[in-house]
This record gives sequence, C-alpha cells and structure tokens, in this order.
Amino acid sequence: MVDITSAGAPTRKPFVMRYPSVAIFLAILSLFTICVTVLGEGFGIGVVSTSFIKTLGKTLCLCLAALAMDLVWGYTGILSLGHMAFFGIGGYAIGMWLMYARTEVIVRESLSAAALPPTPQEISDGIATQIFGVVGASEFPPVWALAHSLPLQMAAIVIVPGLLALVFGWLAFRSRVTGVYLSILTQAMTLALSLYLFQNDSGLRGNNGLSGLQNLPGLEAVPQSQISILFFWASALALGLGYLLCAWVVSGKFGSVMRAIRDDESRVRFLGYSVEAYKLFVFSFTAVICGIAGALYYPQAGIINPAEVAPIASIYLAVWVAIGGRGRLYGAVIGAAFVSLLSTWFTGGQAPDVSLGFFTIQWVDWWTILLGLSFVAVTLFAPKGIGGLIDRFTEHRSPERHGADLGPDAGALREKEALE
Amino acid sequence: MHNTLKTTAAVLLASALPALADCPIKVGVLHSLSGTMAISETTLKDTMEMLVEQQNEAGGLLECELEAVVVDPASDWPLFAEKARELLTVHEVDVIFGNWTSVSRKSVLPVIEELNGLLFYPVQYEGEESSKNVFYTGAAPNQQAIPATDYFLEELEVEKFALLGTDYVYPRTTNNILESYLQQKGIAAEDIFVNYTPFGHSDWSKIVADVVALGADGKKVGVISTINGDANVGFYKELAAAGISADDIPVVAFSVGEEELAGLDTTNLVGHLAAWNYFQSADSEANEAWVEAWKARMGEDRVTNDPMEAHFIGFNMWVNAATEAGTTEVDAVREAMYGQEFPNLTGGTAVMLPNHHLAKPVLIGEIQEDGQFDIISQTEEVPGDAWTDYLPESAVLKSDWKELGCGMYNTETESCVQIKSNY
Amino acid sequence: MLFMIQRALLLLIILMAPTLVSAQSADAPIQLILQSHSEAIVKSSRKTIGPAIDALAQSGLPEAQVVLERWQAKEMWVNKESGLFVFAVKANGGLQTFDVSDNSETGIADKKTFKQLKPNSGIRSMIAAALVQFQLNDPIPENRQTALTAIERDAQPSHLIALRGSLEGEEDPAIRLRKTRLERLLTIRFDEDEAARISAIEGFDGDLSVEVRAALNPLIATEIQVGEVVPEGSIPVEVGSDELTESQAYSFLVENELAPATVSPQAVKETLIANIEGTAVAGIQVATLDDVAARETAYKLLAQQGLADPLVTNAQKAAEIEKHQFFRTYVGASLPVALAAQAALDNIETQVALNRTADLILDALSLGSIYFLAAIGLAITFGVMGVINMAHGEFIMMGAYTGYVVQLFIPDFTISILVAIPSAFLVTFSAGVAMERLVIRWLYHRPLETLLATFGVSIALQQLAKNIFGTQARPLTAPAWLDGSFVINDIVSISYIRIAIFVLALIFLALFLFVMNRTRMGLEVRAVTQNPRMAASMGINPDKINMLTFGFGSGIAGIAGVAIGLYAKVTSEMGSDYIVQSFMTVVVGGVGNIWGTLLGATMVGTLQKGIEWLNPSNTLAAQTYMILFIILFIQFRPRGIIALKGRAAEV
Repeated sequence: MVDITSAGAPTRKPFVMRYPSVAIFLAILSLFTICVTVLGEGFGIGVVSTSFIKTLGKTLCLCLAALAMDLVWGYTGILSLGHMAFFGIGGYAIGMWLMYARTEVIVRESLSAAALPPTPQEISDGIATQIFGVVGASEFPPVWALAHSLPLQMAAIVIVPGLLALVFGWLAFRSRVTGVYLSILTQAMTLALSLYLFQNDSGLRGNNGLSGLQNLPGLEAVPQSQISILFFWASALALGLGYLLCAWVVSGKFGSVMRAIRDDESRVRFLGYSVEAYKLFVFSFTAVICGIAGALYYPQAGIINPAEVAPIASIYLAVWVAIGGRGRLYGAVIGAAFVSLLSTWFTGGQAPDVSLGFFTIQWVDWWTILLGLSFVAVTLFAPKGIGGLIDRFTEHRSPERHGADLGPDAGALREKEALE
Repeated sequence: MHNTLKTTAAVLLASALPALADCPIKVGVLHSLSGTMAISETTLKDTMEMLVEQQNEAGGLLECELEAVVVDPASDWPLFAEKARELLTVHEVDVIFGNWTSVSRKSVLPVIEELNGLLFYPVQYEGEESSKNVFYTGAAPNQQAIPATDYFLEELEVEKFALLGTDYVYPRTTNNILESYLQQKGIAAEDIFVNYTPFGHSDWSKIVADVVALGADGKKVGVISTINGDANVGFYKELAAAGISADDIPVVAFSVGEEELAGLDTTNLVGHLAAWNYFQSADSEANEAWVEAWKARMGEDRVTNDPMEAHFIGFNMWVNAATEAGTTEVDAVREAMYGQEFPNLTGGTAVMLPNHHLAKPVLIGEIQEDGQFDIISQTEEVPGDAWTDYLPESAVLKSDWKELGCGMYNTETESCVQIKSNY
Repeated sequence: MLFMIQRALLLLIILMAPTLVSAQSADAPIQLILQSHSEAIVKSSRKTIGPAIDALAQSGLPEAQVVLERWQAKEMWVNKESGLFVFAVKANGGLQTFDVSDNSETGIADKKTFKQLKPNSGIRSMIAAALVQFQLNDPIPENRQTALTAIERDAQPSHLIALRGSLEGEEDPAIRLRKTRLERLLTIRFDEDEAARISAIEGFDGDLSVEVRAALNPLIATEIQVGEVVPEGSIPVEVGSDELTESQAYSFLVENELAPATVSPQAVKETLIANIEGTAVAGIQVATLDDVAARETAYKLLAQQGLADPLVTNAQKAAEIEKHQFFRTYVGASLPVALAAQAALDNIETQVALNRTADLILDALSLGSIYFLAAIGLAITFGVMGVINMAHGEFIMMGAYTGYVVQLFIPDFTISILVAIPSAFLVTFSAGVAMERLVIRWLYHRPLETLLATFGVSIALQQLAKNIFGTQARPLTAPAWLDGSFVINDIVSISYIRIAIFVLALIFLALFLFVMNRTRMGLEVRAVTQNPRMAASMGINPDKINMLTFGFGSGIAGIAGVAIGLYAKVTSEMGSDYIVQSFMTVVVGGVGNIWGTLLGATMVGTLQKGIEWLNPSNTLAAQTYMILFIILFIQFRPRGIIALKGRAAEV
C-alpha cells in the first residue's frame, strides 16, 4: 500500500489505480457495509442490535469529519479547533426541517378537526407553540424562516458552514493569523457559537436543542431498525465519496501546494502562489464536508444541542486525527473510528474492571485519564499515529530531509530529534 | 416477514408462559455516572440499587428476583437515547428509572414511545408534557413554583420579584409560567425582573446589585431562584457578602436541596428558603427509617433529598401496580398505576393521577446553619398538573390517559392534539 | 362560640388531669390570651395571625414581651393533646419545657407530644414590629437597635409616635442619630401633616440611600387617567408615544367603558363557528374560510344581519381617541407632597446615575482583575515562553483544591488561607516543573503538538480531580475579615473578597515586573526566550531556566486558583471556565507584554460588564458578544493591543 502523499508519478493510469490505498479503503468500506446490513435487524438476520448500528453509522459520520480535519490540518497545517462547529451547524440545519415537518403533520391533523379550516397563520402558530412551548415561547424566530422547505434546509447544510468558514477564514488569513493563534481564534469562534446556541433568545431552543430527529416525517410507519440501516448506508456512501474527493484534491498539483503551505508558508508565497486563497478554499471546503457529516450524524443521534458544539468536541476531532496519523487520509478514518468506538466501549460500562488488589480501576472513571495520557504518549512517541504502523508493514520510509522537519507539518518532530 | 414471524413467536411465547418466563425481572437504571450530572444522578442510582435490594429482601416481585441493570449515559444527551434503546432491546428491561435533566428526558422520549417502554422520572421539572410511557414522580410547576410564589405573595407580602435562573429550559418555562401567574395576581410587569445566567456562572456582583436596587421604590423585593448546580455557590456567597439577610430580601430556590448545600458555608444563608416535596428533616417515622437505611448504606455524612423520595414512591407504586396486574407487561402495569396510593415520607399519601403525575404535598423550608432545612410550611396534597393553567396555550390542554387516552387533549376543540408527546 | 368551647374544654382538661398539667398554670392570663387565638397561632399564616399578635402586644401584661420574643425564636411549642402553649428547648432527646407565664421550668417532656410552632419570616417580622414598643426604650442598646431594624423592615404608622416618644430619652448618640433619621423617614411616609412631610423630604436633599428613595418613590406614583380636560397638576400624555401606544389608549377607553370593544380574531372565529349553518356561514362556504380576509368578510355579513357586534375600524378608533384627553395624575400623595418628592428625586437623579456608573466600573475592574489573575500565569508560559498550555486551567483548579484540602486540616480560616497560598504555589509549581520536564521539553519546536499534549494532560487532570473529590462543588471559605462589602453608599459597594483579589492581582503584577526586570533570573529568562543558543554560550542553562519559568507561571496559576475558589466555587471544571478567556486576554493584550495582558483583562472585563448593562436580563449574551468582539478585534489587530515591534516580535 502506497501512501498517497508520496505518490506523484504523472502516468495516465486511472485515478484509483494510481492510488491503491483509495481502492483498498473503498473495498473495505463496501464489505463492511454489506456485513452490517446482513447482520443488522432491519434487513438482515438481526445479530447486531439497532442501537449498535446507529453507533456504527454515527462513527462513519465522525470519520468523514476526521477526513476533513486531516485535510485542513494534516495536509495544510491549519490546526482548526472549530470544525465540529460546522458539523453542529449541519446538524441544526437538517434538524430544523425534521422538527418543523414532523410537527406540521401533527398540527395539520389536529386542526383539521376544528370547525373552521385553519388559516396559514393558525398553522404556523400551532407549529411554533408545539416546538417552542417547551422553552416558553410560541413564535417562530427569524432563523426558522426556511425551515418548512427540505431543499432550502439541505442547501443550508452546505451554504451556512461554507459561508461562515469563508468569512471567518478570509478575516483570519487576510491578517496573517497563523499557527497557535489561529487555533485559539477558531476555538473562540466555536465557544461563541455554542454560547450563542445556548441562549434561548437565539431561537434554536437553547440548551434543549432539537430533539426527536430520528422520527422522519412521512416515514412514521418504517421501523427504526430499517431507518438506522438507511442512514448507515447514507453515511457509508458519504464517507466513500468524501474519501474519493479528498484523495483527488490532495493528489494533484493542488495537493502539492497544500503540503508546501504546511511545510513552509512564506516560501510558497514567494513562489507566487496565493497562499490565502488556497487556505481559504481548503478551510471552507472542509467546513462543507463537516456540515454534511453533521447532517447525517444527528438524525441518527436523535438530538442536537449546544453541548455538541462545545470547543472540546473540536479538540477531540484533532486528537482522533493525531492518533490515527495525520497527513494520510486513512489515518484520520482509523483514528476517528478507533478512538470513538473504544470510548463507547469503555464508558458503556462493558469494559471489565481491573483489580489491583488495593484498588479497583473502574473504567467509567479512569477511561478519560487513560485517553488524556494517550494523547501525550502519541504526540511524544508516535507523531505518525496508528498510520505509522502501516508504514512498518509496507516498509515505507520517510524521505531524507536533511535534518529538517520530518513532517507532517512545520514544527513537527525533527530528524535530528528523532536521531537523538 | 422475518420480523412478523419473530413478533408472532414472541406473542405466542408470552401468552403461553406468563410471568415465570422472564425471571429475573429487570429494572433499568438510566442515570449518569460520569460527566457533569454524575454528582446528582449517582445518588439516584444508589437509591435504586438500595430499593431493589430492599424489595428482594422482602420477597421480590411476582415470585421473581429483581435485578437492577445499570448503564451510564455519561451526561451526554444523545447517549441517553442510545442507552435507553439498549436497555429496552438488548437487556429487555421491564421498567426504567432514570434521567435528571429535561433535555435528557426529551432525548429518551422518542425511543421509549417507539418501543413502548416505561420510564419513571424523579425530578422536579417544567411540565408541559405528558407521555403515555412516562410517569412523572417529581414536581410539576404547580407543585413547587406556584405554591412557593403564593407563599411569597401571602406570607412575606413580596411586591416585586426577581426571577433569576440558569439559561436552560426548566428556568425559562418556570419563569414564563410565574410571570404570567404574577401578572394575574396583580403584579405589574415592570415589577418583575428576569435574568438568565450561564451554567456555572460565578460573577454575581452586578446581578445582586441590580436586585438590591429593585428596592428603591419602596416595595418589598423577593428572589425566586431557578439557578442550577454550582452556580449557586457564587450566588449565595455574593448575597452574603452584600449583607442581604433573608428578612430583607428573601430568596426561594427550586434547585437547591440538601446535596447542594453541602458545597456551601450556610452560616450566612440562614433563613433563605427552598421549596420541595420532601426535606430530610421531615418529621415522620417512615422518613426516619429511610434516612437511617440510607446512612447505614452510604455513610453517616450522606443526605437524602427530594428526587430520592420521588424514586422511593415511584418504585413502590410500580411494584404494587405490577403485583396488582400480575405481570410486568407495560400496558397492564400502566393501567394498574392509575389511582395507586403510597404513603409519602413526609406524611400523607401520594396518589398517581391519570395524567401520570403525582398528588404530593408542597413543603417550604428555611436553610439552617447545619445545612438542613427547617420545614415552616406544608400544604395538603397538590395534584400535579401536566399543562399549566397560567399560560394561554396550555390552559386549554389537559392530560388524561385513563379516560381520554390522550396526553395533550384540547378541551376547547375537544380533540386530541397528539398521542405521542412533544419533544 | 368557638372560644367558649375551648375555654370549657380547657377547664375540663385541667379538672380531669390535675397531675398532667399541674406545673402549667393553664389559667394564667397570658396562656388564656394564647388559647383564645390558639387556632391562628398554630396555623401560622401571616394573613390570620394579626389579631393574635395585637392581642399579646396590647395585653399590657409584662410577660407578653417574653412570649413574643420566644415565639419569634421558634421556642414556643404546643401540647398536641391539651393545646397548652409552653416554651421549650430540645435537650438530650427530650424537650425541656418552661411555663409561658413565668418562664419557670416544668420538666422534661416527650418530644412527640408537642408540636413546635415555626413562625415564618413574615410572621417573625410582624412579631418584631409588635415588639418595637417594648424594645424602643429598653436599657440594653442592642435591643433598641433590634427595634430600629424591625421598624426599617416593617414600618407601621404606630411606630412614628413610639419613635418620637423615645427620641427624648435617648442617650446613645449613634442610636439617637439612627432614631432621628428613621423618625424623618416615617414622617415622610405616615405623617398626616403636609408641611411636616415636605420639610422632612427637603431634609433628605441629596441623600442617595435606598431607604430614602424607597420612601419617596411611592409618593410620586402616577396613574394614567382619561377625561375631557387635563386637570391642574396632572401631566398630559401624548397618545402614540412609548408611554401610551394607540392600541393601549384604545383598550384603556374600552376598560373605562368610553368606547366600544374591539373584536379579536379569536372572537371573529368563535362567532363564525357559532353561526355555521350546514356547510356555510352567512352564505359563505366554511371550507373557503382559511384566511383572515375571508373570515372578516363573512363576519361583516353576520354583523350586517345583526348576528354579531360590528368590527371597529381603525378610523373609528382614532376618532374615539381624539375625543379624549389622557393625562397622568399623582395618586401616591397630595399634590404638594408629590411635587416635593419629585423635586427631591430629580435632584439626586444625576447623582444616582453617576454612582451607578461608578459601581459598574468597579464591577468591571473587579472582573478584569479576576481575568488578569487567571491569565497572568499564562502570560508567563505563553507570553514569555511561547508554550501553549491547555492545562493552565487545571493548574488553577489544583490550586483551589489545595486550598480546600488545607482547610480540611486547619479549621481556622485565616491561618488556613495563609498556609494555602504557599502550598498552592508549591503544588502547582511542582506540577508545572514535572510537566515541563516530561512533556513540554520535547515539544518546544512543535507548538501545535504542545497544544494537543497539554490538552491530554488537562482532561486527565480534570478527571483525576473528579475521581478524588467528586463532581460536587467543594467549599473554600474566606476568613471572616473578608466577609461583607466595602460600602461607599447604597449604590456603590464592592465585596472585600473582590478587593482582595484586586490587590492580589496588583501584587502579582509588581512581582512579575520585579522578577523579570530586576533579578538575575528575569534577565536569564529574557535571554533564553530571545536566543537560547546565545544564552547557552553565555553560560546560562536554558533547560533549567525554561523549567523554572514554566514552574513559576504554573505556581502563580495555583495561587490564582485559591483566590478564584474563595469568591466563586471549587469544582473539577472550574479551570475550563477560564481557559479560553485567559488565552483571549493574553492574545488581545499582546503576547509577551505584561502591560498588554493587564490592558487585555481590563478590556475584556469592561466589555463584558458594558454589554451586561445594555442587556441586563441575559448574561450569556454578554459573554457571547464579548467573544465575538474579541475575534473581530484580533482580526484587525492580530498582535494585540500592545504589539511587540522589531526583533522581539519575531521570537
């Protein structure tokens, strides 16, 4: 398996042939999807429970978000601590339509029993009371203006995160905010967004968020066991397409410029490339991917609320990529899948307690500590993450860089350090 | 096809082998054991384990042992839905006792309703909900907020209100109801000051100063606090620092109980109030036994609180209902629940109403130096009201699962708005 | 009637069971008064208790005062069987009882046979008000003060006379002053004589206290009234202004039955429903009535048929409003008094506003000092060394928990704080040094990875704290001398603990400046940050300097933790509340410059309080907009308020 970052021979073979890792990844993903379908309750033999299928489907969405994170951090060197905010925005966008449409069905049905046919205003008031009664309001805030239309909210999944990233990125890159400053700034953006969503006045039901998203309007009769499989397929498809798209973006000349920006931004600028434009594109493009991932994730989770957008979620995203191995797309996927599933297992109480005689380690309490320390260990001892293991099998060697950074980004482990 | 076969088989099995087939009877416990809510919810998990143990010692239920199945939703709201599904489909529990925050309940609702589970929810909440599959053993607003406000109006003659709350659903809805209620009681809108702060807020000086400034027009000021969790620490410290005694500006809190006071030095707070359906200091033999059993199990310094009593009542009612129904099957138990009576720990009898809420007495306590409450007022049993009478949209709604089979019945149009609940 | 039965029952009990109540003098006059109001006293509600308190207070019995006092102190109990009242205190499992008439001991009784009377604070203040007449001339000064406090809380017209009577004999100058002031306040409120009231009002000219405003404000209460002409002394009100919108004015007319009521859409709907005949209303098909205009048309048809009240058009409303004059009239007091009160209040209006601003500035400074305290450690590790330490917040938390643990062992709060500060420094200093040696040292060239690694440490430490101390907030109590507030007047005040934090922040600033600019270590630190290789060749050990600097920054965070824990709370998550704000403070101020951090903290604090002032009902919004503002600020001034120039900026 050849890492796509090091491939670059300009032969005119088909894209997938040039990068076998892409083909292998897609094959594994398809196989996995088929297996899950066969084993699941919806259309298969029912060995795997619906709740676990939902977990798997959600994990695929997280993998997609990690892919985006890898593109922006692993390949372009921008440590964004805000990509889960875009993920959340995507979830809110689809959630608004789901809530609106589901409630509209209920309200129309109940009003149809009344003596007079309802006016549009009465229907709208009825929906608003249902949705916002919980948070002590009964009117639609302006953000909900488009919630009645599925196509418009679908567009919002792409446009809102993309536009926010574009504006934020333009402001930040224009004034040459880089490195840790940018990280802090993106974190502040995430915090501001989550605080904004926390407010009841923002019109998105404050701390309660949007709930009951697993009930699709019009599909009330379809059991959740089948809906979960449908979403699983959608997530797998999105991940596959996302992977293909990301691999394509990083493979060509564009990809080379991205990596060059990561390794030495000012040199790229001196060479006449518009560094800001490249960064802006990658930042916004990945924001859109995250938005789509979020829109697929939250109908499976069933509820979205501001805590999902909190800064810590974005940091976790970076950590998944770091553990999986930055600068390689499959690394991000492995990291996200591995850590999030492991987290589920440990916090789910299934992990057996470890008895040390004088003290029993209960994983519910100690898992976070283990996770935290493993970040430290990975950054210190294995900067290439789990992906680095694959290099060993393939006997892939790092290029000779004359004592400079080994990658994957500026300021990463230096060759000299590694030798010491 | 496959599914239908399975269900048919299950139905056949269930009808062929009653009760005996599903020993042990599983009781799901859905309380966070990690994350921010762990502190409050772990206590309830321990309570449930104690109740299950006590019941087993008393001979179990329907000739079966009871088994508590504990899962940890880790204060993560989406995880609540996932764990609830796991409890109902993988562990196949017969009943779930769980949740603390409203948002976690809203997360669980669709799952419980889809799979026809049974949930007992033990915490005081904002009302405006009545699910077929949930029994609300905590207080609805008319069992806590309204009586406490009446107490302010009538006993303390407060004329100006500061409604301070943490910015989330319970305070928002409660304050909305209270604003409307106060205006109906003749308090002018400009005499009601509302403020919302974030979770864990610590900078209270300006807000406390604002509250003091309310007194400048010569009216007696009272504070109704729905401030949640550890933000209370900073709030009460600032209150004490500003030298506000309970005689000048009384504060009544709806989210401060014995557990919360443990994190505070209460010497400066003596006389401030809290409203609950239960206080540890309640003077009854049942309560003495309960407190003693709890301390024996958990340690001398542990306290009991209101949601624990809610679980105590809820669990015992469920046991009695299942015994009456002769099965733990959800629909049969639900039918048997209506009208169930069980003695409160504070005296009197709790009754389960057809709207899935309890009739319970309302207690108002003054904070004492030892961190306990001195009960100074106790009402008769107040029937819990799912839909408040003080908001125009809700006043026309009522819930009656027994007669009407509807949790959201519009009395004006005489039709059921929806069978499933709003989430 | 009831009273008679009670008396009879009482006598019966006394006759039948002489031994049971032998020690209780059941027919003592005070007991009889209590018995005659037994029901109200036991019920204990402010609405019904009045007569009971009055009866006791006006009984003229010398023991009434004691009864009232002990009742107020929740020391009066009632015998569940006999209904007799006793004084009692809990004593080793039982109840030590005393007779109400002469306070003599009547032995130990079983708690179960008695019920404690728990007057609520409303009743307690009524009792206090009743006690005033006994206490106002009491020889013990404390009791006289208690009486004055009672008057302040719950003044009654009768107090005015009592107070005037007691003024003469008052020896204590402080109490005399307080009495005089209170007498004038009561004069404003209760005196019948207009001239006396006005002169009292004028006497308070320029006084900003809440009591004075509380006495004056009710006098200037106004009410909107409507009439043909504006009477003298009333203020005309413009319809259509914010004070009185057109719809308000019209509904006011409707309330006073001066105009026909409007028909609400709801009423339109109900009328239509009531008039449905088959599938039509007034000849219009029901199915078509799905918008407001169609419904109005149908309603108008009904109105024409006389089946409904006609709709009121906007033109009609305007005409009705035009016919009347709206004006405000003083209803709180007679016109001269109200005008005098108004004048007095107008006089202090600007004063009050100025003082409010001053108080806001104090709050902002205080918040700024808290942010500064939280950020100063970061200003060292991040600002000077360039190390991103996401675990900085957890060092703050560690400091606070150290304080808590110290208080567990040392019960004296003053000593424990004095011990806690150095121990917090030591604990976090060691933690910082350990972290520098084990983690950060290896990552100096990799700032982004430092961020991740320290974040890992941060969540591990947070969870560790949870495992050890639980998630419940832990108490960290300030010593008594830090209780309370520094009160300048009733508007401007600040708690001592905040002043202490402010002072601590200044001390740290001075310490930082001293260490950095005046000591050998500071010189070496600056040398190492600017050029480690050159510094090393000058004989400085950069490793050691980095380690000590990092430890120093962490140690200061620990002390900040004690201070923050004292004023707010100690929880495992307190660190994460401050981490983003702290980074913002440092970045906004300008990295590498302590004055910048100071300015940054002040700006963040002022900004937040300013936004809170604009929107006092939503503190969360203030935080959101503050962060947004900072993000924008950094976009336009990426190097912060005080940007380093030249070579230093490149480090």
